Amino acid sequence: MSARVLVGVKRVIDYAVKIRVKPDRTGVVTDGVKHSMNPFCEIAVEEAVKLKEKKLVKEVVAVSCGPQQVQETIRTALAMGADRGIHVEVSGKDYETLGPLQVSKILAALAKKEQADLIILGKQAIDDDCNQTGQMTAALLDWPQRSPEDGTFASEVNIEADKLKVVREIDGGLETIKINLPAVVTADLRLNTPRYATLPNIMKAKKKKIANVKPADLGVDVSSRLEVLKVDEPPQRQAGVKVETVHDLVGKLKEAGRI
Amino acid sequence: MCNCMGMVLSCSVCDVIVLPFICIFKARRCIRALKAVRAEHVAPQVYSTRWSSSTVPRITTHYTVYPRDKDPRWEGMEMERFADEADVVIVGGGPAGLSAAIRLKQLANQHEKELRVCVVEKASQIGAHTLSGACLEPTALNELIPDWKERGAPLNTPVTEDKFAILTEKYRIPVPILPGLPMNNHGNYLVRLGHFVRWLGEQAEELGVELYPGYAAAEVLFHEDGSVKGIATNDVGIGKDGSPKDVFERGMELHAKVTLFGEGCHGHLAKQLYKQFNLRENCEPQTYAIGLKELWVIDEKKWRPGRTEHSVGWPLNRNTYGGSFLYHLNEGEPLVALGFVVGLDYTNPYLSPFREFQRWKHHPSIMSTLEGGNRIAYGARALNEGGFQSIPKLTFPGGMLIGCSPGFMNVPKIKGTHTAMKSGMLAAETAFSKITDENLQSETAGLYIPEYKEALEKSWIWKELYAVRNIRPSFHNYFGLYGGMLYTGIFYWFLRGKEPWTLKHNGLDSAQLKPAKDCAPIEYPKPDGKISFDLLSSVALSGTNHEHDQPPHLTLKDDSVPVAQNLAIYDGPEQRFCPAGVYEYVPLETGDGMRLQINAQNCVHCKTCDIKDPSQNINWVVPEGSGGPAYNGM
Repeated sequence: MSARVLVGVKRVIDYAVKIRVKPDRTGVVTDGVKHSMNPFCEIAVEEAVKLKEKKLVKEVVAVSCGPQQVQETIRTALAMGADRGIHVEVSGKDYETLGPLQVSKILAALAKKEQADLIILGKQAIDDDCNQTGQMTAALLDWPQRSPEDGTFASEVNIEADKLKVVREIDGGLETIKINLPAVVTADLRLNTPRYATLPNIMKAKKKKIANVKPADLGVDVSSRLEVLKVDEPPQRQAGVKVETVHDLVGKLKEAGRI
Repeated sequence: MCNCMGMVLSCSVCDVIVLPFICIFKARRCIRALKAVRAEHVAPQVYSTRWSSSTVPRITTHYTVYPRDKDPRWEGMEMERFADEADVVIVGGGPAGLSAAIRLKQLANQHEKELRVCVVEKASQIGAHTLSGACLEPTALNELIPDWKERGAPLNTPVTEDKFAILTEKYRIPVPILPGLPMNNHGNYLVRLGHFVRWLGEQAEELGVELYPGYAAAEVLFHEDGSVKGIATNDVGIGKDGSPKDVFERGMELHAKVTLFGEGCHGHLAKQLYKQFNLRENCEPQTYAIGLKELWVIDEKKWRPGRTEHSVGWPLNRNTYGGSFLYHLNEGEPLVALGFVVGLDYTNPYLSPFREFQRWKHHPSIMSTLEGGNRIAYGARALNEGGFQSIPKLTFPGGMLIGCSPGFMNVPKIKGTHTAMKSGMLAAETAFSKITDENLQSETAGLYIPEYKEALEKSWIWKELYAVRNIRPSFHNYFGLYGGMLYTGIFYWFLRGKEPWTLKHNGLDSAQLKPAKDCAPIEYPKPDGKISFDLLSSVALSGTNHEHDQPPHLTLKDDSVPVAQNLAIYDGPEQRFCPAGVYEYVPLETGDGMRLQINAQNCVHCKTCDIKDPSQNINWVVPEGSGGPAYNGM
């Protein structure tokens, strides 16, 4: 099988960190905050590496868009088993406004350039929760898109002949779907358990190549059509009020103008 | 009556809770029963029946307590490790470790020699486990990287005002800081130490040091001749019950000619090395304190960048060592770093350092600064207070101890970073000459470098620590704090430590607790949610997290001791001294009695439990790498 898989990985703020809104309310504080690979992207990388281990694909290429620091994320993907990396350099203001539309354009351009047969992405990123990049990329390429998870239980992804075979658990049992390659697959939580990036693999990954590319080289305009007006913390939860009798309850509701 | 030796808590023969003293009858019968039970607890079970007639829920599953070579679940698992060679391996990417790495590479470049230096650090990124006040004395930095300003070192806040006070419940009594007293801060910088360490990491990488954050050194490796061969990083993929998961992989071995151990205060590998090489036979036991810290964004009107405030007194009584700090940082927004330190030789098991900290913030002089502000970070860490008297033997074949691990903190100055950095630099210099010495005939496979100790004794670290050696022990008198301050004022200010005597510490911190029945519970005020806060919301702010499906890294040598001893005699002090709510005594599901619940995920790696546990039953080992707090510039 000479298939090549493109896996997108995103560097996001670690899920256990408490987010703080910037004092000027244009976004959240990211400087010095612990970042890690988006958990859904880890699952995508794991799936791609599993396909390579089953000898169903020949090469796994990890891609990430962002400033210099995303190279760490690409290295983690390389340590998990990807063969080479592509760092699409986007920094400063462009990075702050980088969203699913621009990323999917970049991925589509790369897929054509690298002649990828399969793109595996995480279902969504834990910072923006958009769940759009996979679908948009498929639309731009006019490829079929499927999530082997789609909110149900974990299953398998396999390549048979020239088609992608996806087994999904649904309420009634197991559903097997065949979709034509090339295709886009988005990975959800229970698809697999990502392996650890162990130290010997990190050391080996330092020798694997990461190519640097600019969006302009791919013919993609990363300017955003969206403008963030302001970012606020969610409102503080107000304490509830306990009442003793139904009478009091009705009285309070009337007071609040609810009845 | 039964005759069970030493540590038996509850005898299976006679159902009596026996405190550690020898009882006189039927010794052999008990010991035989014990031997029979001990051979049984190899296979995993939910309840372990050890030395006790009542079942104790199994808490500890870590392989350091239940070895894997006897565990049937591990039969046939591939246990070989990948190994690599470096010239020097440094455990710990803090100020000491990174200074040593930088110095090694500087020397290598200067002398045009090839030197492979690897630093392993358990935090996910360099600086993420660093916590300190901090007021940095730039002496070591000036020696290490003289052009630090041009290179963008984050020393942005020179000290402009220095205040010291004794607090009472309502008032604040200012104490003048005369020049010459150790707490005079002229020429120093207020820093966010995490950011400083991150910057040191960048400098190290530029020089070619291999930094590996996210990988914890879990095991010391030894050559056949007993010298240190290097370290092995942690295994990954072990389940909570101690069995291997699908993703199990062994850690990696890093071999080196010499290994520098810079794990910070009370390192877990250092604890093993003290035993292995008997490094503490000629020094006093180390004595510690716990430091809790918060970062606040305050009202701009109250912000005075460069102001350094310290206090002693309220809310601690005169016999409990401790005090506070409040530093106004100059880093863009109106940020203050504030915190509270409590000596871990305190005697009242009802004392909660966290709640003392929260209570202190309500003092009128502190509240006036914090009102209208927002808390943005929280963390805690143990620190050394033993000083000169507690410095152990520092070198052994194949290795050296640097930084706060052996402990070079200048306690009255409340500064240890500059001495830690200098110790790292001296270790690097002596190691470099030994490694590059072509005519070297080493007796052991791992290099033995006693020149490090000699270099330290000739350096300013030694003079500094010797001069202040009597200040901390001077608090061990009836008048406590006031006796100590009097001693400092009289002897230190005039004699600068030249007095011929050396005062002693009180012994092990863990032995200082009085039984709960002899002490009065302390009434702490409830947190108000604006100035003071509860423990769990504070822990959430530290960003701490661990892979939940791994054996708890707070291991107990004996699972039955917490309820039988800590709870019975001391009312469970671990539920109070842990700044992260790891230890909880909860009622048993069966209704009668309590059990200890360990919430290992909350741990912020402060090491206080390993230090203060009165039964010394808790052994902190390193969890999977990248776990732990996610401090940002603490």
